[in-house]
Amino acid sequence: MKYVCLVYGEEGPMRDLPDSDCAAYAGSLQASGHLLVGQALQPVETATTVRVRNGKTTVVDGPFAETKEQLAGFYLIDAADLDEAIRIASGIPPARIGSIEVRPARELDV
Amino acid sequence: MREVNPLMRARIEAIYRSESRRVLATLIRLLGDFDRAEEALSDALVAALEQWPQEGIPDNPRAWLVSAGRFKGIDTIRRRARFDKSLRALAHELDDDAELTDELADLDDDQVQDDQLRLIFTCCHPALAEDARVALTLREVCGLTTEAIASAFLTAVPTMAQRIVRAKAKIRDAGIPYQVPAPHELPERLDTVLRVVYLVFNEGYFASSGDTLTRADLSAEAIRLGRLLVELLPQGETFGLLALMLLTEARRAARTNGEGEPVLLEDQDRSLWDRELVNEGLSLLQQALDTRHIGAYTLQAAIAAEHAKAADPAETDWGRIVGLYDVLASAAPSPVVELNRAVAVAMRDGPAAGLELVDAILARGELERYHLAYAARADLCRRLGRNDEAREAYQRALALTTQEPERRFLERRLQELRVST
Repeated sequence: MKYVCLVYGEEGPMRDLPDSDCAAYAGSLQASGHLLVGQALQPVETATTVRVRNGKTTVVDGPFAETKEQLAGFYLIDAADLDEAIRIASGIPPARIGSIEVRPARELDV
Repeated sequence: MREVNPLMRARIEAIYRSESRRVLATLIRLLGDFDRAEEALSDALVAALEQWPQEGIPDNPRAWLVSAGRFKGIDTIRRRARFDKSLRALAHELDDDAELTDELADLDDDQVQDDQLRLIFTCCHPALAEDARVALTLREVCGLTTEAIASAFLTAVPTMAQRIVRAKAKIRDAGIPYQVPAPHELPERLDTVLRVVYLVFNEGYFASSGDTLTRADLSAEAIRLGRLLVELLPQGETFGLLALMLLTEARRAARTNGEGEPVLLEDQDRSLWDRELVNEGLSLLQQALDTRHIGAYTLQAAIAAEHAKAADPAETDWGRIVGLYDVLASAAPSPVVELNRAVAVAMRDGPAAGLELVDAILARGELERYHLAYAARADLCRRLGRNDEAREAYQRALALTTQEPERRFLERRLQELRVST
């Protein structure tokens, strides 16, 4: 099954986490065949929210929801089941300071 | 369906009742889905009611039901696959292992036990909300109806039904596996299972709200689950939890009076305690202690055992009980454990020593909304003759309790205090 691991955390403490830790973990997931794609994100101040209503596009500064914990990156993984996905998510370095939301991917119903 | 002779029908239904949960556990593994397995299970019962009266009851009814259920289940999937392409791959896969049918005849006990454990660990998976774990365990492992579970938890039937449907949908859509956790994950996952069982027991023993103090059926289900776990996973804390439940259950007849109000441990008629349950509890506690893996349930069982062993409240070894609470407080720290320890200290060293501890706990604010903390304070103040403080604490306890019998008990205590001053 495919799962997306969404990495959330407060940006202050997250900045102190060495990139090399995250790169090493992503590398190990790639080697074991679990990682399909992964991406760290720029800080939330760089976020822009886009909406289209009645054909009109509005663009506003900032994220959709104002929360203390911000989306900091994501992994798309391939795991046998939720238990394996949880094991993989618990190894993502920011899990120690923030939290990881594990969501099964949904195939479009077409 | 042909008319079935009532005697035969009763025999078939008795077999079904004793085997259905085990058959279901295996069918979920074979068919890969809770709802499909439940449907297949009831189809298997219909088939048994049709065939057994003619052909006689099979030598191994369990294997017969599994095999009939699997056959019916695959048949349904095949029929639906014609309209639903997402089922086609599954229908194919199930056809491919058709030879499995022969293996089912010698479905051995180990396999059946493994399937039961799979079912328990899946229903109690930490990715499910706690109330969903409780509901699903009672529905799938114990076989209670949704209506019975809803009434036991004072919840509307549609709410409970939706909770169960959502939990099953999460198991399916999030890919919660149907398996027993790996050995290194087992202790943590077993904790979740034991917690569900103990929650069910407590809901039956100390109903959290409502006008009856005990709901014995839930406690009986929890004990049945506890026995099943001891059989499937004979480990320290599974013995400990069953011992704790039995030693607590043994006091049921003595813990409320004719009006359903609670009777304090020291005032209970100990001749009403169920000696058979006490003895079984004590021997399970010994088994738990012998494993040398002693956890919070075993320690609580050991405390309950100290009370069970004292024929008279005055014979209670409060020193030993305080010692056990000390170990419990370091193994599983919680303000409620500290409160119970404070009450035990009051029994060992007098009410003043206990009150000092209770006040320190209350000052930290963690038990601010817990009525028993104020009830304990009230009782200690009363024993010290500090009646104004006792009254005030009883009133705070009254304001916080949601249980009608508990409220009547506290009001009576308050009344007695008015009479005595």
